Amino acid sequence: MSESKDTQGELWEVFLQTKKGLPFKHAGSVHAYDKEMAIQNARDLYTRRGEGRGMWVVPANAIVAVDPSDDSSFFDPADDKVYRHPTFYELPEGIKNM
Amino acid sequence: MVVEELEVLFQERIDANEKIEPRDYMPDAYREHLIRQMSQHAHSEVIGMQPEGNWITRAPSLRAKKILLAKVQDEAGHGLYIYSATETLGITRDELIEKLHQGKAKYASIFNYPALTWADMGAIGWLVDGAAITNQVSLQKTSYGPYSRSMVKICKEESFHQRQGYEVIAAMAKGTPEQKEMAQDALNRFWWPSLMMFGPHDSASPRTGNAMKWKIKRESNDVLRQRFIDKTVSQAALIGLTIPDSDLKWNEERGSYDFGEIDWDEFWSVVKGGGPCNLKRLNHHKKAHKDGAWVRKAAVAYAKKYSNK
Ligand SMILES: [Fe+2]
Ligand SMILES: [Fe+2]
Repeated sequence: MSESKDTQGELWEVFLQTKKGLPFKHAGSVHAYDKEMAIQNARDLYTRRGEGRGMWVVPANAIVAVDPSDDSSFFDPADDKVYRHPTFYELPEGIKNM
Repeated sequence: MVVEELEVLFQERIDANEKIEPRDYMPDAYREHLIRQMSQHAHSEVIGMQPEGNWITRAPSLRAKKILLAKVQDEAGHGLYIYSATETLGITRDELIEKLHQGKAKYASIFNYPALTWADMGAIGWLVDGAAITNQVSLQKTSYGPYSRSMVKICKEESFHQRQGYEVIAAMAKGTPEQKEMAQDALNRFWWPSLMMFGPHDSASPRTGNAMKWKIKRESNDVLRQRFIDKTVSQAALIGLTIPDSDLKWNEERGSYDFGEIDWDEFWSVVKGGGPCNLKRLNHHKKAHKDGAWVRKAAVAYAKKYSNK
């Protein structure tokens, strides 16, 4: 045990579901040494007032993110497909329930 | 892109009230300013547990003890939220703690004053948390995304802190003459240091310019201090306590209270380590950190053995 380095543990990202059925949202992060401690720390830190009904903790280094410096070109393909939006379509005057 | 261009684009994003996120470009000076301010803020939350933690075992009732425990636990949480947000700037938790221990990182000077009586638990929640709330509400709009989000979360929790403190001091003020005197004494001792929490006058605060330009700070020290005074004066009157400032006077024209000059010599002396509890607070933190080392090492060893990550 003495050869172990003194560290504050690894970084985990915490996602909370505030109510059953709702999407999980990023709440913040915690330090922990293993997954059991990660969920306990996350519970104590982020759900002291009933903020969560569901929780995920994910090792921060397992998250794959888009590089913000090329995010505009990355998300670009969406911009030229306006026909994906309902407002693109011309419908006859007076149509109901659509 | 060259640095100059990036900096122009960065400032344009700030001016458009866009939030800056961890992996976005930011000037080095912006990053350094945030690390200094946010780590100081996180350390304040953690060191701030000491004066109140001191009273948990002596709380006058089980109700009071439970409340104080929950309040101090919240402060630990606030420290952790802000440490995590600071780490997104590329500094580790270990480095942050080390800088505190070396005296290179500061924490709010208010915690270098002792909590002498139970009435101080009232004054701290009412005034110290009250001043912190005024500051933190403004910081919800800070330009750095993780800092801003941690402020939103903290502000939701803080209003209980201020109310529990006010309840304590109001109860003392309504008690026996001795209890009322303790309440007044606590207000006398914490009033001026609470006003100092907002920092030097704008004219004497060299870093304010950049902080405002980058929208790290959204309102100046003097504006925030005035807001705190204006909302606190009537709260003192309501429970029959007197704010220890003979120059305090409503100014009809400004729609604000005028108030006396702060003792800036005292302010700087406490910042520089000359407060009544500076050494005690830091030594206590160092000791707790050192005493906990075996737990951290055991946790590493356990995680390695069972590699359940
Ligand atoms: Fe706090
Ligand atoms: Fe608080």
